[in-house]
Amino acid sequence: MKTYTNTGNKDTRSGFGAGLTELGKTNENVVALCADLTGSLKMDEFKANHPERFFQVGIAEANMIGIAAGMTIGGKIPFTGTFANFSTGRVYDQIRQSVAYSGKNVKICASHAGVTLGEDGATHQILEDIGLMKMLPGMTVINTCDYNQTKAATLAIAKHDGPVYLRFGRPKVPNFTPENGEFEIGKAVKLIEGNDVTIVATGHLVWEALEAAKALNEEGISAEVINIHTIKPLDDKAILESVTKTACIVTAEEHNYLGGLGESVARVLVQHNPTPQEFVATQDTFGESGTPAQLMDKYGLNSSAIHKAAKKALKRK
Amino acid sequence: MSNIQQLEDLTTQVRRDILRMVHKVNSGHPGGSLGCAEFFVCLYKELMETKEGFDMDGIGEDLFFLSNGHISPVYYSVLARTGYFPVEELNTFRLIDSRLQGHPTTHEGLPGVRIASGSLGQGMSVAIGAAETKKLNNDNHLIYSLHGDGELQEGQNWEAIMYAAGNKVDNLITAIDLNGQQIDGSTDNVLPMGNIKAKFEAFGWDVVEINEGNNIEAILKGMATAKSLSGNGKPICVLLKTVMGNGVDFMMHTHAWHGKAPNDEQLAVGLAQNAETLGDY
Repeated sequence: MKTYTNTGNKDTRSGFGAGLTELGKTNENVVALCADLTGSLKMDEFKANHPERFFQVGIAEANMIGIAAGMTIGGKIPFTGTFANFSTGRVYDQIRQSVAYSGKNVKICASHAGVTLGEDGATHQILEDIGLMKMLPGMTVINTCDYNQTKAATLAIAKHDGPVYLRFGRPKVPNFTPENGEFEIGKAVKLIEGNDVTIVATGHLVWEALEAAKALNEEGISAEVINIHTIKPLDDKAILESVTKTACIVTAEEHNYLGGLGESVARVLVQHNPTPQEFVATQDTFGESGTPAQLMDKYGLNSSAIHKAAKKALKRK
Repeated sequence: MSNIQQLEDLTTQVRRDILRMVHKVNSGHPGGSLGCAEFFVCLYKELMETKEGFDMDGIGEDLFFLSNGHISPVYYSVLARTGYFPVEELNTFRLIDSRLQGHPTTHEGLPGVRIASGSLGQGMSVAIGAAETKKLNNDNHLIYSLHGDGELQEGQNWEAIMYAAGNKVDNLITAIDLNGQQIDGSTDNVLPMGNIKAKFEAFGWDVVEINEGNNIEAILKGMATAKSLSGNGKPICVLLKTVMGNGVDFMMHTHAWHGKAPNDEQLAVGLAQNAETLGDY
């Protein structure tokens, strides 16, 4: 079984910051907007390098989204930065009308998604954002798994013409994807080949899926692990090819099971190849305060939860 | 340059267009549209520097953003009659497969429109963004926007008003259509907004008042003042006092025609008060 090495824990938001810094140097049309969370979003370096292309809007997210939409008129590529909660639910109608319906080239970059935001608690831990964003016509939705991939995705979305929601997080998590790797929007990455069960994971749950596959392997179960960094457009083909072989699947995400990756995968399977599926996701609940590890455990989002789900899926074959 | 009579003639024709458009589909918003007819005519015929044709980026020309998108009839009529698309297309207003959606949008590629609007309160932020991009591009042209007075009840406006002053967005001329009416009644009854002029000034804007917002000479004079204030480190607000339903006597001074179309008889009366000048579509 193929294994992956953690080259050192790093936060995905720093991957975004590094990508943005690079874009600042390579693409003069890239502008950045922030709603009073420059440090949290790791946008300081871009701000220091290009003060004229950095727009501090204050605690006014609706205005930030509108300004970003307007800035595209004349050729700029705005990257907005705030927490996932304030990037989506708080400004849904602004994104819907001024960005998505208007077809504007705005990159909505959202940190601190999900329960791994930790101690701040449920007010800030959005678990509904993937659903909100994927329902918007024309919106691309990406949830990256580690530092390297978040940096690569940040660079890739600048080249994509159209609105994008890029979701990442706060905690330091294993960094295991290749440094300066290619990022192809909408293309799933098969991390481990396997025959018995497919595990499709996104975001912080990808590393957990690798850990679960390791444990399953020790029990003689061969799990195929797919990193779905793009939830929309979904790589239907990669999912269908895998379940043709394995005949059962687990989806894993740091998001409500309603409206997330799991439902998108279920839709593909129901239409083309009905397959037993288990959902590793939050169960229509809000989060709470705690450490990221405690919360991942309590809400059933870690490798042991994936391991359990895989066994259940296998039994349903 | 057009003379005042030519602008008056175009305004009269625009009023006919508005009435005929909303009558045909028995829907749409004639009241606010009629109130802003003179303003749109002045904007597109006299005030804005625009290039031939239309491209989304609008580099090297003045841009306009309509925030209160429900007054699309006046917007569409003036865009058509200033050459953005064929006047005959006004016939398709609010019909299936039309580029002239109930509220303006870029979605169907209608020339002249650069943002969707209709869900209120978003246009000022968009206009500020376009103004910031003009500055980054060293493009010396101006951004104009129009908003309803009732629309100022949306909180996003105040985020935008604060931002524009704080960041010296001085290439922006934002007009507020002060007709004192909204769907449920007068703005004073629905949610009193107090002294709008004092509010803008307190936020750090220059304010120009046009008390006769349905008088072409007054609009041109006021907007010339507004233009002269640009580039001075402050955003500019124009308080445009208009009469809702202007030019059609039974539609004036009431909110009743905010979102209601005239019937056949009412249309005939309205058209009789606005004789054809440039030819109906």
